[in-house]
Amino acid sequence: MLSIKNLCVSIEGKEILTGINLEVRPGEVHAIMGPNGSGKSTLANVLAGREGYEITSGEITFEGEDLFELSPEERARKGIFLSFQYPVEIPGVPMVTFLKTSVNEHRKFKGEKPLTAGEFLKLMREKKQMVEMDTELTNRSVNEGFSGGEKKKNEIFQMALLEPRLSILDETDSGLDIDALKIVANGVNALKSPGRSTIVITHYQRLLDYIIPDHVHVLYKGKIVKSAGRELALELEEKGYEWIKQENGN
Amino acid sequence: MKDQDKVLKEVTQGEYKYGFYTDIETDIIAKGLNETVIRTIWEKKKEPEFMLEFRLNAYRKWLKMKMPDWAYLKIPAIDFQEISYYAAPRKKPKYESLDEVDPELIDTFNKLGIPLEEQMHLAGVAVDAVMDSVSVKTTFKETLAEKGIIFCSFSEALQEHPDLVRKYLSMAVPVGDNYFAALNSAVFSDGSFCYIPRGVRCPMELSTYFRINAANTGQFERTLIIADEGSYVSYLEGCTAPMRDENQLHAAVVEIIALGHAEVKYSTVQNWYPGDKNGKGGIYNFVTKRGICRGKSSKISWTQVETGSAITWKYPSCILLGDNSVGEFYSVALTNNHQQADTGTKMIHIGRNTKSTIVSKGISAGVSNNSYRGLVKVMPRALNARNFSQCDSLLMGDRCGAHTFPYIEVGNKSSVVEHEATTSKIGEDQIFYCNQRGISTEDAIGMIVNGYAREVLNKLPMEFAVEAQKLLAISLEGSVG
Repeated sequence: MLSIKNLCVSIEGKEILTGINLEVRPGEVHAIMGPNGSGKSTLANVLAGREGYEITSGEITFEGEDLFELSPEERARKGIFLSFQYPVEIPGVPMVTFLKTSVNEHRKFKGEKPLTAGEFLKLMREKKQMVEMDTELTNRSVNEGFSGGEKKKNEIFQMALLEPRLSILDETDSGLDIDALKIVANGVNALKSPGRSTIVITHYQRLLDYIIPDHVHVLYKGKIVKSAGRELALELEEKGYEWIKQENGN
Repeated sequence: MKDQDKVLKEVTQGEYKYGFYTDIETDIIAKGLNETVIRTIWEKKKEPEFMLEFRLNAYRKWLKMKMPDWAYLKIPAIDFQEISYYAAPRKKPKYESLDEVDPELIDTFNKLGIPLEEQMHLAGVAVDAVMDSVSVKTTFKETLAEKGIIFCSFSEALQEHPDLVRKYLSMAVPVGDNYFAALNSAVFSDGSFCYIPRGVRCPMELSTYFRINAANTGQFERTLIIADEGSYVSYLEGCTAPMRDENQLHAAVVEIIALGHAEVKYSTVQNWYPGDKNGKGGIYNFVTKRGICRGKSSKISWTQVETGSAITWKYPSCILLGDNSVGEFYSVALTNNHQQADTGTKMIHIGRNTKSTIVSKGISAGVSNNSYRGLVKVMPRALNARNFSQCDSLLMGDRCGAHTFPYIEVGNKSSVVEHEATTSKIGEDQIFYCNQRGISTEDAIGMIVNGYAREVLNKLPMEFAVEAQKLLAISLEGSVG
């Protein structure tokens, strides 16, 4: 589904990613862990097509297509979803307007008819239950006045609405208490299917107690320095990132 | 068939009424402005005696005045002797079919969802007397007449209701109020007149669109709205379709008189041609709009969405004379490319317990300049007056400007005046967030800007609000990325 080969990325001349290789097959859950500043969020943003990153070399294909040829909205419509580390507030734009526009853009892309207001509200009710999203929140403007946890829930709620092929969860667990963490994880797990893949980016392993990864990668200084099964996450939890740093000469 | 015949008859009679114009279709008086020209206008329009005095008085005042230079605008020199001050409305349509019209204009019409027939009307294409639309207009007139509401062209009002006009004309905007108001008073060609009788609630939004011949009111338009005691009216001016006009200078005057317990809601969508991307052409729009709350507990509310014109100079204001009267000003002013806007309001508190609210949302893009200029003045006798002002500016890109000039004068100690202001840039992270949800950058900007302006758009009548939303998005097309 997703294939990253030797990806090198700089921001304002500073190298952040220094040769990433990653294969994500349909149905797989990959966890990318690493200390702060290792380039995790950069990878997420580059996948989603955010501006301000210079791709110095390497390639990414998504379902056989060159990702760099696609605009951010095209990537989204083709099924790449990024759950933002810091979801953005858009004052005055009602959640319903935003979500309906988003869902209908995806439908248009697939050649489906746009949902009517009634159909959309029905879909929204259904998905709201999944992440225990408060109706009071969906009546507000996009993310406006949401707490940190509510914002993260809102991201998973949108993911449930859009049913993406590839979900990238960028530090979705940060700022969540244990109850919210469970709700978020349940949402993610409920969406799991053989055709859908997930990349979970996290600093801590606790989210991985609830979202069970098939593969765990450790990102350090812009490179994947270690890849293994789920047990790697537990090992990291136990030993911290120090041993990774030592093994890699720092 | 009988109904149709009736309608047809009315249409033909309607045309006949303006016969003295259409006869002289090629009649444009020579360029230039002097007392003879003013006399000629007065004669051609067959106005009552007092109007000659009114016009000449205004002209003499205008001669002694100077073009205002205090606004944050670069105004090219205007040669007032190079303008022809009277032209008969065009009888013949400009185009025979829509195919001859600028495709870009048609494209915009379609984006705004304007019905085909209205498109033709706006672009100046010959329209057959389509039964539907004609009967709508007729039903409309009949409903108003039943309630005793007068809604007609200014010329018609001068013929049929000269006493009403005489009593209220220049009550809110004295002829010598400012340079452009004086000019308008001297030479105005036509406009709208509206009178709502005592205790009557106008059952529909009054829109100039329904007034026959509204398209040709010319560059010096005059509007007078009188709401008698306890009455209510909501008045809509303009339309969202881009209006082109061969006259570059526009100087309109709008006056509103609200008597005791009356309420007037005046909504404008202004989308005159703003000029091209390089700042060539475009309308200069110098407008004087003022309402006077004469009676107790009266209310005047201005809502405007300004997206057009190369230069906008406009301050819809309220004089709160009656005790407990209320003035409101809600504005969205959008400038793109080389547009300049200096707009805002004046709230003059004279009566006790008077209240005013100002919400101004400026949006600047391209290399445009957008200024809010407002005055809140509380006279010493206006005890317990209240004002709340909020002036926000949104910048798109880093080559445009937003400026705020609030003036506050409070003459007593029991009044409370609050002012809030913010300036923000449209966030790239907001746009990216939308992109990531499959929404294109242009749609995202439209959505974000409409969210920003929502508080004001909500004040517009429903149908107008939907059109205004689309208009904001279209006006910003190509301004980012």
